[in-house]
Amino acid sequence: MTTIKVLGSGCSSCKATVKLIEDMASAAGKSVTVQKVEDFQDIARYAVMSTPSVVIDEKVVHAGGVPGREKVEGWLSAL
Amino acid sequence: MNAALAFPRLRPRLFLGLAIVLWFVTYRSLAPMAAALVAALPITPGSRLADSVTFFLYDAPKVLLLLTGVVMVMGMINSYFTAERTRVLLAGRAEGVGNVMAASLGIVTPFCSCSAVPLFIGFVQAGVPLGITFSFLIAAPMVNEIALTLLFGMFGFRVAALYLGLGLSIAIIAGWVIGKLKMETSLEDWVQQMPKTQASVADDTLTLADRIQAGFASVHEIVGKVWPYVLGGILIGAVIHGYVPEAFMVRIMGRDAWWSVPLAVLIGIPMYTNAAGIIPIVGALLAKGAALGTVLAFMMSVIALSLPEMIILRKVLKVRLILTFVGVVGCGILAVGYIFNAVL
Repeated sequence: MTTIKVLGSGCSSCKATVKLIEDMASAAGKSVTVQKVEDFQDIARYAVMSTPSVVIDEKVVHAGGVPGREKVEGWLSAL
Repeated sequence: MNAALAFPRLRPRLFLGLAIVLWFVTYRSLAPMAAALVAALPITPGSRLADSVTFFLYDAPKVLLLLTGVVMVMGMINSYFTAERTRVLLAGRAEGVGNVMAASLGIVTPFCSCSAVPLFIGFVQAGVPLGITFSFLIAAPMVNEIALTLLFGMFGFRVAALYLGLGLSIAIIAGWVIGKLKMETSLEDWVQQMPKTQASVADDTLTLADRIQAGFASVHEIVGKVWPYVLGGILIGAVIHGYVPEAFMVRIMGRDAWWSVPLAVLIGIPMYTNAAGIIPIVGALLAKGAALGTVLAFMMSVIALSLPEMIILRKVLKVRLILTFVGVVGCGILAVGYIFNAVL
């Protein structure tokens, strides 16, 4: 079970990002937990300057805006 | 279909050249096309209805075409100015020059108000002075390509240029004043205690084809979101154009009513919408005889001073600094309103 973190204060793009990853993961049959990180002190630890950002294995793989489908596909196939 | 999608990737320069030519040809042919369309409809030429319909059929495609072009170009320009790169440019910058740079970069750096806090923390951590950070935070939402394009498309060059110049002035001066007030201790304690970082950016590896894709993405995202507001605004404008007598709003929001500017700013604070959402209201007010300064003050207040953004900023700023921010920016907007009503 891999945990993918979505950093963001709960704006509409953040919610869309969470949903996109969850939907694509279940479609690909990957067991993934998507965790929302909404506290700014926690977000600041990853030193990102724009949200939503995506963190996999404590590494920031995306920052700013809803990620594209190809990008999410790439992450999921690498798991 | 696949070939059409691959073309901008394979031949980016050729694609851009063709797109520019096509854009200009379309833009030039809008007026005759609108006139021909109206002539084909069963409407008496020269009537009020014909007036309104021509206005709508010409303005709606014109503004949407302008918006698509500008958003595409800005999407490509934005790919050069990421928040990280802007931070490197501003870190350790002296006040004055720094405020001017920050406000100008606020126009070209992509910014969404939901990212205001991480961006703020990132700037402060990298040693961007507080006043300069505020210049950026004030300019970024207020002076943006969408507001400017819509103002240009609907109210002409003069209104757009005034908005640009005054918006930048407010951001520069308000940021400078906040810097002079030395309010670093009014940041939340955990923000003051954050370790300082060295701002740096990785080399840019984007190709022209990547930037074109970035342009497409912002057209899809922005134009896809704002077109109903734009159409609504132009529809209101078209109806007013044909029917509502001017001078309807003169008594309430005309230049003789001195209290209208502060009232417009106060009403604007709890209202929250983006630049596109406010345009229909601006159009209606202006067309009914409200004074330009009052309307611009209202528009700036709605976009720059928003309650939801203050609530988010409260996580990193103490109340004293938030009140100072609202006070300084509010005074700037008031001054803009009064200057315009007096000069024009």
